Amino acid sequence: MGNLLPDKSRVCATTGLPVCNQAALFIKLNAVFAVVALLIGVSAAFLLALTRWESVALLEPSSYYKWTTAHGLNMLVFWILFMEMAILYFASTTLLNSRNFNNLLSWGQTGLMLTGFGMVNYSIFMDRASVLMTSYVPLRAEHEFYLGLILFAVGALLGCINFLGGLYIAKRDKTYQGSIPLVVFGALAAVVIAVFTILHGAVALIPTWMWSVGILDNPPDGAWYRMVWWGFGHASQQINVCAHVSVWYLLATLTVGARPLNETVCRAAFVLYILFINLASAHHLLVDPGVSAPWKMWNTSYALYLAVLASMIHGFTVPASVEVAQRKKGIGGLFGWLTKAPWKDPGFAAFFLSLLIFGFGGGITGVTLGTHQINIIAHNTLRIPGHFHMTVAGGTALAFMGLAYYVVPLIFQKEYPARALARIQPYIFAFGIVLMAVGMTLAGSLGVPRRHPDIDFTGAPIPADLGDAGPFLALVGIGGTIAATGALIFILLTVYAVFLGKSNKGRAMTSWQTPEQDRMNKNLITTHWNPESDKLRPKGTVVLTLIFLASFAVYYFANWKALVDVWPVK
Amino acid sequence: MSIYNPKGKWTRAPHGFERMWLGIALLWCLVLTIAMPYWHFKGQQTSAGEAYTVEPIEFEKRVNRFVETNKVGDRNGIPIVQATPGGDAYLLGTRNWMWYPVLKLKKDVEYRLHISSAEYQHGFSLLPMNMNFHIVAGYDHVVTITPKQTGEFNIICNEFCGAGHQQMTGLIIVEE
Repeated sequence: MGNLLPDKSRVCATTGLPVCNQAALFIKLNAVFAVVALLIGVSAAFLLALTRWESVALLEPSSYYKWTTAHGLNMLVFWILFMEMAILYFASTTLLNSRNFNNLLSWGQTGLMLTGFGMVNYSIFMDRASVLMTSYVPLRAEHEFYLGLILFAVGALLGCINFLGGLYIAKRDKTYQGSIPLVVFGALAAVVIAVFTILHGAVALIPTWMWSVGILDNPPDGAWYRMVWWGFGHASQQINVCAHVSVWYLLATLTVGARPLNETVCRAAFVLYILFINLASAHHLLVDPGVSAPWKMWNTSYALYLAVLASMIHGFTVPASVEVAQRKKGIGGLFGWLTKAPWKDPGFAAFFLSLLIFGFGGGITGVTLGTHQINIIAHNTLRIPGHFHMTVAGGTALAFMGLAYYVVPLIFQKEYPARALARIQPYIFAFGIVLMAVGMTLAGSLGVPRRHPDIDFTGAPIPADLGDAGPFLALVGIGGTIAATGALIFILLTVYAVFLGKSNKGRAMTSWQTPEQDRMNKNLITTHWNPESDKLRPKGTVVLTLIFLASFAVYYFANWKALVDVWPVK
Repeated sequence: MSIYNPKGKWTRAPHGFERMWLGIALLWCLVLTIAMPYWHFKGQQTSAGEAYTVEPIEFEKRVNRFVETNKVGDRNGIPIVQATPGGDAYLLGTRNWMWYPVLKLKKDVEYRLHISSAEYQHGFSLLPMNMNFHIVAGYDHVVTITPKQTGEFNIICNEFCGAGHQQMTGLIIVEE
């Protein structure tokens, strides 16, 4: 039996799941702040894309650094973490048939994160913190920049504690039987990683803040700062991976009625993330001074690549669960499950495109660039943002957009306007991100640096030239503009829906799919069936994953080949 | 069902295609793991991270000594310095955003290139080979390198290092 009081909760008219009113309030608040952060990040994205496009070259260097700082922090930290807080409230209440753990804690979480978000943006836009996202010492921002980040992190920590408290009361009150659902398990993995991530952030930033206010005379050691800061900076992106993989499982269920083939395998993969993913911080130190080759190799391989194994597992189990559900509906053929998938449902489109971009784009490039020796021909070039825009933008952000197409109707109880536009929005965003990432990867292969406003080196004592990269940087500009437009459409639709959208209180949400598709999905969700039945074997997914492996091998070995051509070095 | 509690006993070994993929993925991870030590012993390129702590002022002194004793010319007001073949060469990321000095090296000769920074972190990026190393003030990063082509090779900075980052360049000249 749940612990929800009737006057403090409702039953969702679409899914039949319980919704705690307090949790719903915090889901809404965090989702709204997330979209505000996204708007700042998207505004920056337009300006940056049009700066790196050489024939437009919009911003002066100093503005470029300011907007790059704003883009990085608002996108990678604020938008994503606010969304993750919303997901934690959802996972620890609705999916556990339980209430929010502690409202005071939740107000603390929301208030501190909002304060930190405001302080950091104030600092950036008042020209007090052009230190880029990483704020490598001895670059120095004004004190409120560091304090803002620390407060934001403490707020996130309170959110994590509230989530763990939520798990505790649900267990104590026996609101569910057996084990927690897979999506909650994934969120729990994200929280475990978040706790040690935030601790790294505190260890790196507190002494830096003390230096910025004059309590300490000297900043922390530069190499030490990099190692600890990346324990925060890289690991926080692994929270995203856990969160968006959970969102994939969630959307696969909501949009096609999928269920995992084998829960043990899926959960074991999340445990591998917890155990091994923090070693990936070393990916940023592969050409650093003071850390030895064996140290770099052991850490960059996450101990035998076991965290990569986890992603490869999800890369199979998620599409396989979709395929099996589609086969259960009677759809045959090798790829019939894909051609007859609900592509007009923006929740499904965003989820599946996110899966493809994250795996084929972000995953393959990430492992390759993160290979110790190959990093010599990749470190700090545009290849790096080429990689992570396919993981965090094409992967995480796109998955979260897909989630919003369900969160707004189900939690805010408001309908999206301009539904035809909403249906194509994920495609616009995905297309732009891929185009931009390809442009970045090609330009980076020629040596074009990241975090650099141009390739003219105007005013340099010794002229340098990277003119050949012009066409690739044009791709970056065009792709970036398309992606930012896609994100802006998402923001406008979502803001309109939340504040002016038609209410659906008391009835089911207007489905993104046909009544026939809805009926079949509901049938799969409510009846008991065996996804591991021999008649439903996921043949298409096997072909898809083998294509993935072949692409991986080609790209990986091509990079070793490219490394042979550079000067011997040790 | 991923949003509901799994029913009954759900712990079991994978089978069928899932088991097959797990095996393939694990094998691929082993290939990825073995590739790095293999290259470490058989390949020509690695980043050993050899470094020694040094006060930035002390490193600047070493660079200036290197310039005084080995200067052979001038390029746009920046000294061109020829390193002893097979010996040490020094390169400093300066406060006014420059890779100092211009280095003159010989093809096919191994040099111990000492790189450090006067203050901020820098990205040493050698073009067009696109070879990149991270530079931190307080650390003498020793990169042992063997030029394989003759000509003039630009160095740029690819880590943000303050207001003049976009104009930070340098040069390595390689002769027969």
